[in-house]
Amino acid sequence: MPPPDRGAAQAHGVNRPGDDAPGDPPLIEARGLSRHFPSGEGVVKALDGVDVTIRPGEFVAAMGPSGSGKSTFLNLIGCLDQPTSGTYRLAGEAVGALPPERLAEVRGEKIGFVFQSFHLLPREDALANVMMPMMYRGIPPRLRRERAEMALERVGLKERMRHTPSQLSGGQQQRVAIARALVCGPELILADEPTGALDSRTGLEIMALFQALNRAGVSILCVTHDADVAAFTGRTLRFRDGRLFEDERHAPVDAAAMIGVPFA
Amino acid sequence: MNVIGRAGIQQAPTPLPPLPPGRRAGLTFAEAGAAALGALAANKLRAALTALGIFIGVAAVIVTVAVGAGARQQVLSQIQSLGANLLLVWGANVRMGGVSLGAGQRPNMSWDDAQAIPREIAAVEAAAGTIRQQMQVVNGNQNWSTWVNGTDSAWFTAHEWVVAEGRFFSEEEASGGRKVALLGATVAENLFGEDNPVGREIRIRATPFEVIGVLGRKGQNPMGQDQDDVVVMPYWTARRSVMGASRAFARSVGSISVKVAEGEDMAAVEEELRAFFRQRHRVAANEPDTVNIRNLSEIAATRDASARTLSLLLAAVAAVSLLVGGIGVMNIMLVSVTERTKEIGLRLAVGARRADILRQFLLEAVLLALLGGAAGVAVGIGLAYAMSNFGGWPVLIQWDAVALAVGVSGLTGLFFGYWPARRAASLDPIQALRHE
Repeated sequence: MPPPDRGAAQAHGVNRPGDDAPGDPPLIEARGLSRHFPSGEGVVKALDGVDVTIRPGEFVAAMGPSGSGKSTFLNLIGCLDQPTSGTYRLAGEAVGALPPERLAEVRGEKIGFVFQSFHLLPREDALANVMMPMMYRGIPPRLRRERAEMALERVGLKERMRHTPSQLSGGQQQRVAIARALVCGPELILADEPTGALDSRTGLEIMALFQALNRAGVSILCVTHDADVAAFTGRTLRFRDGRLFEDERHAPVDAAAMIGVPFA
Repeated sequence: MNVIGRAGIQQAPTPLPPLPPGRRAGLTFAEAGAAALGALAANKLRAALTALGIFIGVAAVIVTVAVGAGARQQVLSQIQSLGANLLLVWGANVRMGGVSLGAGQRPNMSWDDAQAIPREIAAVEAAAGTIRQQMQVVNGNQNWSTWVNGTDSAWFTAHEWVVAEGRFFSEEEASGGRKVALLGATVAENLFGEDNPVGREIRIRATPFEVIGVLGRKGQNPMGQDQDDVVVMPYWTARRSVMGASRAFARSVGSISVKVAEGEDMAAVEEELRAFFRQRHRVAANEPDTVNIRNLSEIAATRDASARTLSLLLAAVAAVSLLVGGIGVMNIMLVSVTERTKEIGLRLAVGARRADILRQFLLEAVLLALLGGAAGVAVGIGLAYAMSNFGGWPVLIQWDAVALAVGVSGLTGLFFGYWPARRAASLDPIQALRHE
């Protein structure tokens, strides 16, 4: 078990939404965010009038059953989709109305994605996978490699950077994906069911890694249908039928502690 | 062992320092190329089979163009060997008492006609009257049946002969009827083998002749006759020593070779020649010409045109095969886009713009086609050389056609790769990421 004071410090570090200076722009500011899809005669309101503000440094879970709108919310927050109505500001920039090519750049600069099924390039080794996003930003190859090694070091995989995904376990693959999400120094990490394809212990390890990153200041939004996963975050947004019906702040459970391995 | 836990706690990972702004947005050409090559390398067999269509097309273009050009080159060199700007005159059908004797059967032109032509027609550079007859030529115990020509030194000019060994005969030897002869390469080989015949003696109809020269090799004429199977001697020598001059035909010639000066209109000179002979032979207005005039380069030009048609036809077949190859490229690129939908979704999610995706897939198609094209060039050139070395075909590799074939194969990739690449670039990232 970790010493109790460390756990308390973590709890404090994970969730301090009110600590920012009042002048700082929120990381995410959505007002009346809606996404409607035409369907037959009617309209499917996948997301309908969501207001939410997330401050830098938060670790937030978006929860709900399938069809609740949490994935649509993630797509909009991740600039993969554009809202039908409402406004969305990401780090002070109104991104709701940007053209697709500009949205691609915003994704590259401000957001790191982590997916349920990892989405690594199967032919490339871990290093190349982590270097890949920087290619689209015109970062010189040497710097790319340097950064990718740093990112892999952060997730504890520097020794395996020459392994291809098939030579890595599921948890290791997800850590490569997290390194890839970190490598451009994003404002926000978006994780879509990051533990969904992992066994529970490996899932805990991933959540512990997220918590450690969050303590270091990385903002994370994690979409999940699993309340146990949401418990590791400091705030849970509950979606149902396209609406945000509950926004709850809570003390996070320490994932590292739950692994039950004493740390040096 | 809990690596993450340890890494997480001990290193308490600080976020990476801010990434400096890139030099520019998007992939460089080299990066897109490397990504495309990587994708091709991952599916080597499929890439190879797809490139096969382009490969066959390009190899076919190169070989057919080389064969076509070789054939034309051969025809052109035959025209050259006949002598450029050459008109051949020989006697027309002669009727005696209602019986046609056939062209050239009865000599009706004389040595003096030939001598008069350059004086009368300004555009004529040289004219050589010639008699020829098939005879047995003997050197020791070797003998060879060949065409013996008695002619003027102007004949060498008109037919563009050169001497390989020795010399042409002089004016004195010609007018004096001296017993000298030049041998064509074929005759020299058959009578003397490897030996140099110059200065040696041959016998024709028991008359000894001194060999003063060997003619340079010309090869076959467009009619397939060996132009080197020939012995040449002065006209008066032939007349007096071997051809048996009957009184009636003592000055006759069988044909006259007329060399027209460079830049003159051949057709016009042909007309002047016709008029010259009508006047000189006193042909009545209602009578046919006494001579036939043939422009040998015209015959060759016809053959050249047919060779050209053939090579055009072959090139068209090759173009169709390139087209089929291009469709193969498009097909496999569409498959590739479908297979890599998730990868495309990922790349879009991490900041790739549609232009980056388009470029990557387009480059992949172009590289695929170019690889096929390059292999086609290598094999095409190899095949052309093999045909020339082992098959004895006249082959001439056209480097501009090679460049064109490579260019066209690249363009084929660009053209047939555009639609699949466009499809890849217009994928919806959300759908693409969810694609299984």
